[in-house]
Amino acid sequence: MSDQAHTRTEHDIAPGDEEQHSVAERVIGYVVGLGLALLLTATSFFIAGTDLVWQPSIPVALIVLAIAQMGVHLVFFLHITTGPDNTNNVLALAFGLMVVFLVVGGTVWIMGHLNANMPPMDQIMKTRM
Amino acid sequence: MAMTATAGRAHADPHHIGVVIEHPGPAPKRTVTAYGFWVFLLSDIVMFSCFFAAYAVLSGQTAGGPKGSEIFEQRNVAIETVCLLLSSFTCGMASIAADVRNRFWFYLGMTVTCVLGLIFLVIEFREFSDLVARGYGPSRSAFLSSFFSLVGCHGLHVSAGILWLLTMMAQVFAKGFRADVLRRMMCFALFWHALDIVWVGVFSVVYLLGSGV
Repeated sequence: MSDQAHTRTEHDIAPGDEEQHSVAERVIGYVVGLGLALLLTATSFFIAGTDLVWQPSIPVALIVLAIAQMGVHLVFFLHITTGPDNTNNVLALAFGLMVVFLVVGGTVWIMGHLNANMPPMDQIMKTRM
Repeated sequence: MAMTATAGRAHADPHHIGVVIEHPGPAPKRTVTAYGFWVFLLSDIVMFSCFFAAYAVLSGQTAGGPKGSEIFEQRNVAIETVCLLLSSFTCGMASIAADVRNRFWFYLGMTVTCVLGLIFLVIEFREFSDLVARGYGPSRSAFLSSFFSLVGCHGLHVSAGILWLLTMMAQVFAKGFRADVLRRMMCFALFWHALDIVWVGVFSVVYLLGSGV
């Protein structure tokens, strides 16, 4: 069964697909995304190497910039939007993000406390002897 | 209210709530395929998050070996990042060209994407082989194990993406812009953009944050 490549239903569009736009509008979307992503990347590399800003703020700034750039990629390259035709895509993304944050956050949280709650290594070795 | 659901359209209001929803039936194949691939990509990102978690825990465990700040070269990472970012853009151009069935711009966009991806891989391979040659291979410390597995896993994805890219060019060459080929092209574009998202995490967490450790 050959389906039309450009059939759009009223309710859902595929991830990566955009609503009907002209070629020029779509190209402009990618150009804007590229410009924003380059700007955020340049800021990240600048902040990582500079001593102009308060040093303890650098890791937080890098993480915020990274999340912002991922958002730019999602919106301008993958065309995941908040529109009603994108609900399924956004829900899948939200579930994926939840698992990612549970895995990364949970690991860092637990492993960060594990060393503090363990007796020093030499005591463990003594009790085993 | 409920009267609007006439006998002929009773199937459109099965619970007699007075709101007739015209079910459009199954979504078009393009939507279903891309959605399924989107779910795969998210599970792939979940897999990457495990490698990120391992790196975050082990980045300080250098076992007397080199620290991140001693082995990372920011200039190379910046070139790699720009390569991937530009390739994501040209991949987008190629998918627009595929949608409007323009062979010239499709081949041009895919070729540039391929070249940029190869430049990325060459830089990464030279970085890895240089580290191994200096005795800083993945077996040197837990930090290097997690570094090689995270960055190497992303590199393997890029390699697979380039093979897929060449396959797509060959399919368009042999079969033209058929609906099934266009669906595969769409999945490839999603894959390539998702790799760039993962790379944003890699260069921020591994190279830039790791340099400060």
